[in-house]
Amino acid sequence: MQSLGIDVLFKGTNFLRLLEGLWVAVRISLISVAISIALGLVMGMLMTSKNRILKMILRLYLEIVRIMPQMVLLFIVYFGTTRVFGWNLSAEYSAIIVFSFWGVAEMGDLVRGALISIPKIQYESAQALGMTPSMTYLYVILPQAIRRLIPLSINLITRMIKTTSLVMMIGIVEVLKVAQQIIEANRRSSPNAVFGVFAVVFLLYFLICWPISKLAGYLEKRWA
Amino acid sequence: MEQALLKINHLHKTYGDQVILKDFNLEVNKGEVVVIIGPSGCGKSTLLRCINALEDIQGGEVLLDNEAVFKEKKNISKMRQKIGMVFQSYELFPHKTILENILLAPIKVQKRNRAEAEKEALELLTKVGLADRRDDYPRQLSGGQKQRVAIVRALCMHPEILLLDEITAALDPEMVREVLEVVLSLAKAGSTMLIVTHEMAFARAIADRILFLDDGEIVEESSQPKDFFKQPVTDRAKAFLKTFDYE
Ligand SMILES: Nc1ncnc2c1ncn2[C@@H]1O[C@H](COP(=O)(O)OP(=O)(O)O)[C@@H](O)[C@H]1O
Ligand SMILES: [Mg+2]
Repeated sequence: MQSLGIDVLFKGTNFLRLLEGLWVAVRISLISVAISIALGLVMGMLMTSKNRILKMILRLYLEIVRIMPQMVLLFIVYFGTTRVFGWNLSAEYSAIIVFSFWGVAEMGDLVRGALISIPKIQYESAQALGMTPSMTYLYVILPQAIRRLIPLSINLITRMIKTTSLVMMIGIVEVLKVAQQIIEANRRSSPNAVFGVFAVVFLLYFLICWPISKLAGYLEKRWA
Repeated sequence: MEQALLKINHLHKTYGDQVILKDFNLEVNKGEVVVIIGPSGCGKSTLLRCINALEDIQGGEVLLDNEAVFKEKKNISKMRQKIGMVFQSYELFPHKTILENILLAPIKVQKRNRAEAEKEALELLTKVGLADRRDDYPRQLSGGQKQRVAIVRALCMHPEILLLDEITAALDPEMVREVLEVVLSLAKAGSTMLIVTHEMAFARAIADRILFLDDGEIVEESSQPKDFFKQPVTDRAKAFLKTFDYE
């Protein structure tokens, strides 16, 4: 194993640090994903409303999110706003804000797509049975929309988890940053560590994202 | 004189600047079966959809038991519960079983006791010959079976009137009868119904009164369906009925 340089992970607390770094990334993703799902559902419903101005504003928001690289957003929120407004925003909060800002928009668009793919007759037959708009959404439209949403939103969630690696750019020590530090510290003694350590990082990302895709596949089949 | 159950007074309905229904008037008595026929696009579906306020109207009023169906948003759910509707295309909820499709509104909208509602649902399902399909999903049923379930779902709300909009139009011919038989038995049991159909033999058999609609207005009306089909009075009705003949 010497040649792969994986052994450096077992020096001192290196592996533990790597896992701690992973936890940082996972924590940021989990919180952002939770916010994105909750607000994305609301945003998606608002995007299908009849209010033109509201629709235009949400559309604009989505376009901005799509055009801006996440890294630029991170810099704006972390370095930009703290400078301009003089507040004290931690790097982790900045990251959560940026990922949620991104996730809500993308999730909202997925929800909108799922909602408009439900035939009009479904809304109408629910209404004809005396259901109020909120009952119609709750019992008839959302359950169907969510089934259609699962594969698409899983894709978004795994993308968000992977993109958390960007947060090291604003000084957050997450898994990739820890990996770099470990490799740096052992450059002389085991130059191959660059391969082994990143391979382990790859494996860690895989271990997190793979069960999520599996779950998506399972739910998709069960609800098909 | 008997009070009409459903009254439509001076109903005016437009889509943009296209007028669909102009000063439309109709009364339906309790227990009466009124059948509406007419060429495609003449406004039959629009009329039914205006009755339970799936469409907003530009003038006039729709009264059920002398109460406006659409006065304010709060009231609409209560009024719609009294108006059962079955559409042309299958509108069952695909993510729910047959039984859950039927029970959803009685339990959530009418807040009825589940056991009691389920008992009634199963009785109705038995009547239409589908009790054994209670736990299936709509996609496992044929078109005719789905329409029978849709009828049961509407009935389980205890509506005062049923609106049926070409409920067999999307079905394979061999399935039409099984659905129409159910509607016939409802008529015999005294249900009030407003039926849009292209099945002329069925219309003749079931109608207490027949309305021939063209261009959004009643062109001919008859309480003697047999006579109407044998000898329509107006030229437009004659021309329309002729399209069903192959002699
Ligand atoms: N949502 C709508 N928007 C605009 N026009 C419509 C709409 N629905 C129906 N129409 C028009 O209204 C007329 C009557 O339609 P409809 O009531 O469906 O006819 P029918 O059921 O008798 O075939 C048709 O000319 C149709 O094109
Ligand atoms: Mg129609």
